[in-house]
Amino acid sequence: MTNSYQRRPLLSRVAESVYWMGRYIERAENVARFIDVNQNLMLDLPSGFGQQWQPIVDTTGDRPAFLERYGEATKANVVQFLAFDTENPNSIYSCVTAARENARSVRETISSEMWEQINSLYLLIAMESRKNLDEGLPQFCREVRMACHLFTGIKHSTMSHNEAWHFIRLGTSLERADKTTRILDVKYFILLPSVADVGTPYDDIQWSAVLKSVSGFEMYRKCYGRIAPERVVEFLLLDGEFPRAVRYCIGLADNSLHAITGTRLGAFSCATEQRLGLLRSELDYAHVDPILQAGLHEFFDGLQARMNTIDECVRGDFFAQKIAQGAGLA
Amino acid sequence: MHFSEYDTQGFYDEMFEAGGKPRPHVRLLIETVESLSDGHLLRYKHAAERLLLQMGITFNVYGDSAGAERIFPFDLIPRIIAAGEWDHIERGLKQRVHALNCFIDDIYHDQKILANGVIPRDVVLSATSYRKQCQGLNPPRRVWCHVTGTDLVRGGDGRYYVLEDNLRVPSGVSYVLENREVLKRIFPAVFEGLSVRPVAAYTSRLLETLESIAPMALSNPRVVLLTPGIYNSAYFEHSFLAQQMGIQLVEGRDLVVEGGDVFMRTTKGMERVDVIYRRIDDDFLDPEAFRPDSLLGVPGLMSAYQNGRVALANAPGNGVADDKVIYAYVPEMIRYYEGEEPILPNVPTYLCWRGDDRAYVLEHLAELVVKTANESGGYGMLVGPHSTAAEREEFARRIEAQPRNYIAQPTLALSRVPTIVDDHFEGRHVDLRPYVLCGKDIYVVPGGLTRVAMKKGSLVVNSSQGGGSKDTWVLAYPQSAGGQQQ
Repeated sequence: MTNSYQRRPLLSRVAESVYWMGRYIERAENVARFIDVNQNLMLDLPSGFGQQWQPIVDTTGDRPAFLERYGEATKANVVQFLAFDTENPNSIYSCVTAARENARSVRETISSEMWEQINSLYLLIAMESRKNLDEGLPQFCREVRMACHLFTGIKHSTMSHNEAWHFIRLGTSLERADKTTRILDVKYFILLPSVADVGTPYDDIQWSAVLKSVSGFEMYRKCYGRIAPERVVEFLLLDGEFPRAVRYCIGLADNSLHAITGTRLGAFSCATEQRLGLLRSELDYAHVDPILQAGLHEFFDGLQARMNTIDECVRGDFFAQKIAQGAGLA
Repeated sequence: MHFSEYDTQGFYDEMFEAGGKPRPHVRLLIETVESLSDGHLLRYKHAAERLLLQMGITFNVYGDSAGAERIFPFDLIPRIIAAGEWDHIERGLKQRVHALNCFIDDIYHDQKILANGVIPRDVVLSATSYRKQCQGLNPPRRVWCHVTGTDLVRGGDGRYYVLEDNLRVPSGVSYVLENREVLKRIFPAVFEGLSVRPVAAYTSRLLETLESIAPMALSNPRVVLLTPGIYNSAYFEHSFLAQQMGIQLVEGRDLVVEGGDVFMRTTKGMERVDVIYRRIDDDFLDPEAFRPDSLLGVPGLMSAYQNGRVALANAPGNGVADDKVIYAYVPEMIRYYEGEEPILPNVPTYLCWRGDDRAYVLEHLAELVVKTANESGGYGMLVGPHSTAAEREEFARRIEAQPRNYIAQPTLALSRVPTIVDDHFEGRHVDLRPYVLCGKDIYVVPGGLTRVAMKKGSLVVNSSQGGGSKDTWVLAYPQSAGGQQQ
């Protein structure tokens, strides 16, 4: 006996668009988080520390482009570059525009509510980009973050958890894992290069800021109490329950990947599954001490490179279907 | 807002008789509108516009900078059609679409109508929209016009005339469905009181139509909608219809022809496609068969279609009957194929390839509307009374050079409907585009798209030229002068 339900095939183009829609929304949210937390952090630091805005440009990996076009990393320059610059492909404005373009091309696949939410977010940012934000900056960051959360919630409760939905979650999870590693990386190597500062009250403030930038401060406190750098790294890298921890994100991505292919967890049928499964296992059984001893920055570099490879595998396995691959023409 | 100051200015008005007395079937609407408190209607109007923008129900304007999306202007005052009047329109449309279908099938087979001298052979075979690639083709059920969006106008004499047939890829039906959703929220009581015929069945009927033409009468065919992509002005409609029918929205690059069949590229390999509702013009459909520079189409699609491996709606080649010169012969077609007099008349049309007509047209350019035989969307036309001497000279030159490509019609005093302008009502000219589906049988969606020339005095209703729309209500029952009836 079979159910009359037929699996609806998913166009490769559509899969690619929803995957990128997920990635771009997540990216926009993270950039808004970076700006917000940095602004907060600057207010807590004594004047001697100066204004440190360069590190958040480094988080997004766009240092050369920024230096070339803006030069000095003042607050106004950085906010303009990260929030509204249409020539910066990773600005909030560019990400939301790209997410919307992707959403528009798959409007019949996602729910109308999801489309409307992305469209409202776009209209919000288009409007704000014409204003001179200063006092309004925290409120703006909060609105972007909440709009992205709302999108995630709407996606969860208005769209069938089908193949396309899993492609969105795959994109979102990979993007989030990448951004969490970048936040940690910047804190560890750029924001605080001097060993003398370690353990000072300012160090405590900065690590708290890192946790807050991923909404992890409260959850961290519940697990570990005192703020200690190695515990913060452990929490954001290896926690299995906190939704922005790298290990958690990779696990979620792997679950979605297996939901897409139908292969059971723990086995693989394509390059993406093999690579993602390997990474998942390593994080599942990793201990933070050897990672810190071997060098966190090197570890993050390796992690980011592997996630880029996974992204390329997703493209090869699912988006760039060649006719030859359709050996079993359905 | 009140209608007391409203002036019909001597035009046929859809709501008021010449003396300013409301027509019987619109009284309930007028009472309701007048009972609303001050500013109520304007608040509704702004809320509706915000909603449309938020829902992203926008269209792109060609030649405008990237990202220029506009909402299609929408007026809250509906156009109401009485039950008896609609019966007449519906019968006329069914008769006309049936005859057009017979004509196209005849042209691509025996050409009896040409052999019998009813229409000059030259006129048909010289049409740019005649496709010799379609000669001898037998589309499923011999249907060529699956979706038609006939343009009707009502003249100063109160009669409906057919202005254009729009057989190729007519658009606009999504606005019919969306406008109705907005008005149901604004005037619920009027809907109940007047028994307005619903339009919501359209997408189900369209899907049935498309499934009915599947090759080899497949019981569960895969139907897809082929769009040129997000930069097309009608993209919203394409995604809307695909969503409402639950079918895949595909672009040319998603499809591939292999071993004579059409497949779409999915994450799990290639999946067969049986029926394509294409919203791409013939010219761009298949670079191997038509324009070789088309990037929107699918190489090999025409040959899959010719071999009966996939069905296309609308059928390629059906635009031959859209040529404005051939349009002039539709009444003859109806007499020839149906053995009946046309129920809906054509607008009188001068054909410039005829010497007498041409002489008349050239002498009366300032009074006539001149159209290019193969253009649509309000492009390539001259509205005589609104034209400059230089424009008329230019058209005169073009007519002399290529008489086959030009027709002319009298400038019609299109009927008007009260429309919100700032804080009061003014009459604006309208046309009516009902949608006709043809598969196993012929179905006409009750009402259609009422397009409005939003600019004062303008007669051009096309959205590309600043036109807007109104909801169109077809009443289910005849209204007595007393009002509501069951």
